[in-house]
Amino acid sequence: MIFTRSMLPYLSLCLIILTGLGPGPVYSESATPEEMGLKIARESHAREDGFGNYTARQTMALRNKNGQESRRQLRVKVLEVPEDGDKSLFVFDEPRDVRGTALLIHAHRESADDQWLYLPALKRVKRISSSNRSGSFMGSEFAYEDLTPQAVEKFTYRYLREEPCGGGTCTVTERVPVDRKSGYSRQVVWRDKDELRVWKVEYYDRKDSHLKTLTLGNYEQFLDRYWRAGEMTMENHLTGKSTVLTWTDFQFRTDLDDRDFTQTGLRRVR
Amino acid sequence: MIRRSVLRYALSGAIWILSTVSGFVAGAGSKIDHQISGSFSIESQWFPESAAYPDQRGHATGFVMEPEIYLDSIEGWSFILAPFLRYDSADLHRTHADLREAYLLLFGDVGNDEWELRLGIDRVFWGVAESRHLVNIVNQIDLVEHPYKELKLGQPMAHLTWSGDWGMAELFGLTYHRPRTFPGRSGRLRLPLVVDNDQVSYESAAKQWHMDLAARYSHSFGLFDIGISAFDGTSREPFLFPGTDFTGAPILAPHYEQIRQVGLDTQMTAGSWLFKLEAIQRLDARDRLGRKVDYTASVFGGEYTFYSVLGSTVDISLLGEWNYDGRGHNATNVFQKDLFLAARFALNDVQSTEILASVLGDADNSSRILAFELNRRLSDQWSLNLEAIAFLDIDPADISYEIRRDSFIDLNLIYNF
Repeated sequence: MIFTRSMLPYLSLCLIILTGLGPGPVYSESATPEEMGLKIARESHAREDGFGNYTARQTMALRNKNGQESRRQLRVKVLEVPEDGDKSLFVFDEPRDVRGTALLIHAHRESADDQWLYLPALKRVKRISSSNRSGSFMGSEFAYEDLTPQAVEKFTYRYLREEPCGGGTCTVTERVPVDRKSGYSRQVVWRDKDELRVWKVEYYDRKDSHLKTLTLGNYEQFLDRYWRAGEMTMENHLTGKSTVLTWTDFQFRTDLDDRDFTQTGLRRVR
Repeated sequence: MIRRSVLRYALSGAIWILSTVSGFVAGAGSKIDHQISGSFSIESQWFPESAAYPDQRGHATGFVMEPEIYLDSIEGWSFILAPFLRYDSADLHRTHADLREAYLLLFGDVGNDEWELRLGIDRVFWGVAESRHLVNIVNQIDLVEHPYKELKLGQPMAHLTWSGDWGMAELFGLTYHRPRTFPGRSGRLRLPLVVDNDQVSYESAAKQWHMDLAARYSHSFGLFDIGISAFDGTSREPFLFPGTDFTGAPILAPHYEQIRQVGLDTQMTAGSWLFKLEAIQRLDARDRLGRKVDYTASVFGGEYTFYSVLGSTVDISLLGEWNYDGRGHNATNVFQKDLFLAARFALNDVQSTEILASVLGDADNSSRILAFELNRRLSDQWSLNLEAIAFLDIDPADISYEIRRDSFIDLNLIYNF
């Protein structure tokens, strides 16, 4: 069994695309840059409310600077939990040696997430730590904290400026992680003004050098409300490596319920 | 070599399979999906030290086939068939076949609760510790697979699970007993005498058909995961009586008695720390001298992980577990008073390279068991497993003295499909 703990955070990746939706500018000229930044973050989170649940497939292509590629493939199920973090279930299909391995996450707003890993070769359900923050997923360019749910309170914000971007006109906001275990000193986020979708994120390391850039695209809207990026590319400027994450087969409001996200259910996963 | 016990086991499994699956498949009528997956691996094992007993090999090669067939019906039932076959060039007893899994799975909801029923041959894992799996009693150990990893044989059973907000309750009816596998005459990692599984005896008049019962309640709340378990039935651990085989040569004959066991396993997951405890009380067991004894045993310890060490992608976990067995030096395993220390290195590279180095040391003497294991993915299909185990300074009083010359290096090349 080749499966490392740092693979797990990647699985929460879906949660970072739960960014803004809905009409109109959300800031006013009279507010301070900090107030404006916070307001944008709050509004983009509020627009995710009510999605219920969804399922999707993810394919990840890891490329090194020589262009060699390695693939990961998995299935994702997410259940919205009102007043708390979402529940998610991730099942690996590729690479073959981790096929059938599954991860169950009960995210929490106030406390640490609960995570259980199912190892099919041993038929073992293992409770695992969720405190890995800055680690990489299986050599990919995504770190744990790039992938965990981005609760509003996890950052402080500062509105910087407005400029043209892939989604028309974007607000550019800087956010600083509250968690000292974060690998970043700050992040700069580009969101379009109309739908509050994220188009680009720049990550700066603890020495404040520009470490990575995430670009998002192929947005599609579901249930006339919820936007999902179909492609997310993370480039590492230090190593020249990149990872492309592709999302397909989104289905919203399926017949999933709480019982699909229990330890009993985890043992049944295929 | 196909042993009689294996044939009986196959028969007992076949009863379950035929009586459950045939009915469902026949009645299904609708679309049934299937998936085939599994692995094939080639193994080479070296024993650098000369053997302690005559006829023991110094090197062996072999292969393992573990296909898995999965059937899934739109009506909500599924069926899993997972046969296992190992060929070992040196040891006829290590060459063996098993049905790891062959069960029908049904599940559903009642109110806010859910239920699940598994009928057939399955494997069950209980527990939290890494150095040993103390509470994990449902399945028999497939000892020829590995000297201490406690890999398991398939077990015929009816397994009912009921779960809700209040936790998970499980009941097991275990309908057939599997004798533990032991290395043959040319095999390493064995006692001076060979265990003869053609001379298995039981305390129960029902012999291997005695219905063993097991139950478990488990729940997660906050930082804690707990499990409480009970078992009443045929021991998975045999007592070995000296005897002779049909040629008159001395052998050991395994005898399985009726025991009862209660177990507790719990883990606290706090930040980068995992704290673990497993404890059992076993009644009507035996000690190493063959005396009837009730005893307690436990393993407790923890694991701490340093993530992204020195700004790299590497995670390092340090593990420590204390093993205790109330039978002291008359315990029937190496864990009577032993400290397990280990370091796990997860490189988090594209190949998911992982290294585990450990030492199990006896608190009362110089005996040490060192282990090193490397796992690495070679491609989407291929992966590599390298393992080295060294028995150092094994004390003559230690139970592993018999295998003191059996340090080994084991290389596996695995194809996953």
